[in-house]
Amino acid sequence: MTDATAVDAENRDTAVSALDSMCDHIRQLLGAVISDAGVVRGEIVVRTGISDVIAVLSSLRDDRHAAFNQLSDLTAVDYPERPNRFEMVYQLLSMRNNMRLRILVAVGEGQAVPSATTVYSAANWAEREAWDMFGIFFAGHPDLRRLLTDYGFEGHPLRKDFPLTGHVEVRYDDTQRRVVNEPVSLVQEFRDFDFLSPWEGMQAQIPGDEKANGEG
Amino acid sequence: MAEMQIKPITMNFGPQHPAAHGVLRLVLEMDGEVIERADPHIGLLHRGTEKLIEHKTYLQALPYFDRLDYVSPMNQEHAWALAVERAVGIEVPRRGQYIRVLYCEIGRILNHLLNLTTFAIDVGAMTPLLWGFEEREALMGFYERACGARLHAAYFRPGGVHQDLPDGLLDEILDWTGTFPAFINDLETLLTDNRIFKQRTVDIGVITEEAALDLGITGPCLRGSGVAWDLRKSQPYDAYAEMDFDVPIGKTGDCYARYLVRVEEMRQSLRIIRQCIENMPDGPVLAENNKVTPPKRGEMKHSMEALIHHFKLYTEGFHVPEGDSYTAVEAPKGEFGVYLVADGSNKPYRCKIRAPGFYFMAAVDYLSRGHMLADSVAIIGSLDIVFGEIDR
Repeated sequence: MTDATAVDAENRDTAVSALDSMCDHIRQLLGAVISDAGVVRGEIVVRTGISDVIAVLSSLRDDRHAAFNQLSDLTAVDYPERPNRFEMVYQLLSMRNNMRLRILVAVGEGQAVPSATTVYSAANWAEREAWDMFGIFFAGHPDLRRLLTDYGFEGHPLRKDFPLTGHVEVRYDDTQRRVVNEPVSLVQEFRDFDFLSPWEGMQAQIPGDEKANGEG
Repeated sequence: MAEMQIKPITMNFGPQHPAAHGVLRLVLEMDGEVIERADPHIGLLHRGTEKLIEHKTYLQALPYFDRLDYVSPMNQEHAWALAVERAVGIEVPRRGQYIRVLYCEIGRILNHLLNLTTFAIDVGAMTPLLWGFEEREALMGFYERACGARLHAAYFRPGGVHQDLPDGLLDEILDWTGTFPAFINDLETLLTDNRIFKQRTVDIGVITEEAALDLGITGPCLRGSGVAWDLRKSQPYDAYAEMDFDVPIGKTGDCYARYLVRVEEMRQSLRIIRQCIENMPDGPVLAENNKVTPPKRGEMKHSMEALIHHFKLYTEGFHVPEGDSYTAVEAPKGEFGVYLVADGSNKPYRCKIRAPGFYFMAAVDYLSRGHMLADSVAIIGSLDIVFGEIDR
C-alpha cells in the first residue's frame, strides 16, 4: 500500500513538472501573442487576444514539442457584466504529451472571431453551435448557419439574458393543419426557488444590517 | 446514343427513417446514385440540457446526463460525477470506484450490443438484433438491481454511488460473464466472415488517422483508424489504473474496422468486469463527507446534525468553489467531456457537454462523399450515432 502511494506521488510529481516545463515552452514559443499561461488543476490555461487566436492555435498544433493535435471542444461562456461579455474556450489535446490545454479569449458583443476551421476541421460545427447559442460571429467560417435550434428561430438561447422558458412555443393547429409558433403562455408562473442560505451564500447586505454594522 | 448528363438532385433522408438512428435529417446532393455532398440537419431532439443545468443544483443536474446518450447512461453520469468531485476536491472510496468501473463497463457492452446489432440490421442482417437484445435485457436487469431503473439510472453521485449493491448481484454478474463470450462468438459467426456484411462495410467510409484527428473523432472510430488512444489507459480515472486490459486498434479505418474494434472491446470489457468482481473491496460506497454527500437514513433517525445535512443538501445543495475545469471520460462512443464553470454558488454557471457523436455527425459529409446512397446508411451505422447526446 505504501509502495503504491509512493509511486502515485512520484507519478504525480513527474506529471506536474512536465506540465510546468510545457508551460515554460509555450511562454517561449508564444510569448509575444499570449498574455498569460499557467497550470490550473492539472490543465494548462493560456489567455490570448482575439486577433492572435489563429496564430496561437496553429503554432500549438504545428510545434513539434507541443503537438496539440486535436481540438476536443470549442465553446463560449457568457458574462453579461464584463465589458467583453463572452469568453471563447478552446480545449486542445496533445496525445503525444498526454496533456490538455485550454485557450481563453475575451470577445465583445458584435466582435467577429477568426474561424478556427482552417486549423482544425473539428471547429466547423462547434463554431456553428457557438453562433447559434451565443450569437458570436466567426469570420471566414465556410458555412455559418444555425445548428441546433429550429428553422427560423430567433435569439441565442445560452445567453444569460435569454429566459429558460424561451419566447415561443409550438403546437399543432387543427384548423390550419400545421405546426404553429406562438408566444409562450405559462399556466403557472415560472418558479425559480432561491435556496441560497443567507448565512453563507449571500453577499449583498440584508436590509436592516446596516444598523448592526454601525452605519445607521 | 450520345452520353447524357444526369442533373444533380437533392434528396431528403429522414428525419423519420429507421436507418437514421434517431431524428436525423440528411440532405444529400446526389449525382445519380453517388453522394456529392451530405448536409446533416440536427437539433430535432434539442432539449436545452446545458441551459437547464444552469438552473439546477449540482445534484439535480445529474439525471440530465442519463438522457444524453440513453444507450449507456451511467458512463455519462460518470463524467459529471468526476467533474464535480474534481471541483469540490473529494475522494471516492475504493468500493465506490470499483462499482463505478464495473457499471461503466456494463454500459459499454450495452452500448456496443445496440450499435453492432442495429448496424447489422442497417446493412441487412436481422438476426443479430434479436439475439443482442436478449443480452441487453440481462444487463438492464443488472442496472435495475443496482439502482431500481433500467435506463435512467441516476446511480453515480458526486462522491461515489447512491447505494451499495444488493446481496448476490455480483455472483449473478459473474455467472453472466461466463455465458456472454459464447454470445460474442455466435455474433461473430453471423457477421465477421459474412460475405454480404463484408461487401457492405469493407473499404466503405474510410477515415485516415490524420483526418480522424483533425475532425475530432474519438473512441472506437479513432481506434479503428489505428490510433492507440484510450482515456482509460492514458488518463486513467477511478480504478481503471488497476485494471488489466488491452486496447484494440483497427488497421484500415473503414466501417468493418470499426465493427471489429467494438467486438474486441466487448471482450476487454468482460475482462474488466471480472477483475472488478474478483477484487471488489469492502467498505463504504459513498464518500463520508456530509457537506457533499447525504447522510445515511438510519443516522438521520437519531442525529439532528444528519437531519440538517440532509435538509440542506436536498434544498440548497452544496457549493462548489469558483473555477473551471474540463473533465473527460472514455464513454463507449468516444471522449465525453464536461467543461464546468463554477461561480462559487450552488448551481453551475456554465456546463458545456462535449459529446463524441457531435463530431461524428460533423464528419458524415467528409465520410460519405463519393459513396453510393446505400453506403451512407452503413457509414451512419458504423459511427454509432445517438441523437440524445448530439442534440443535447
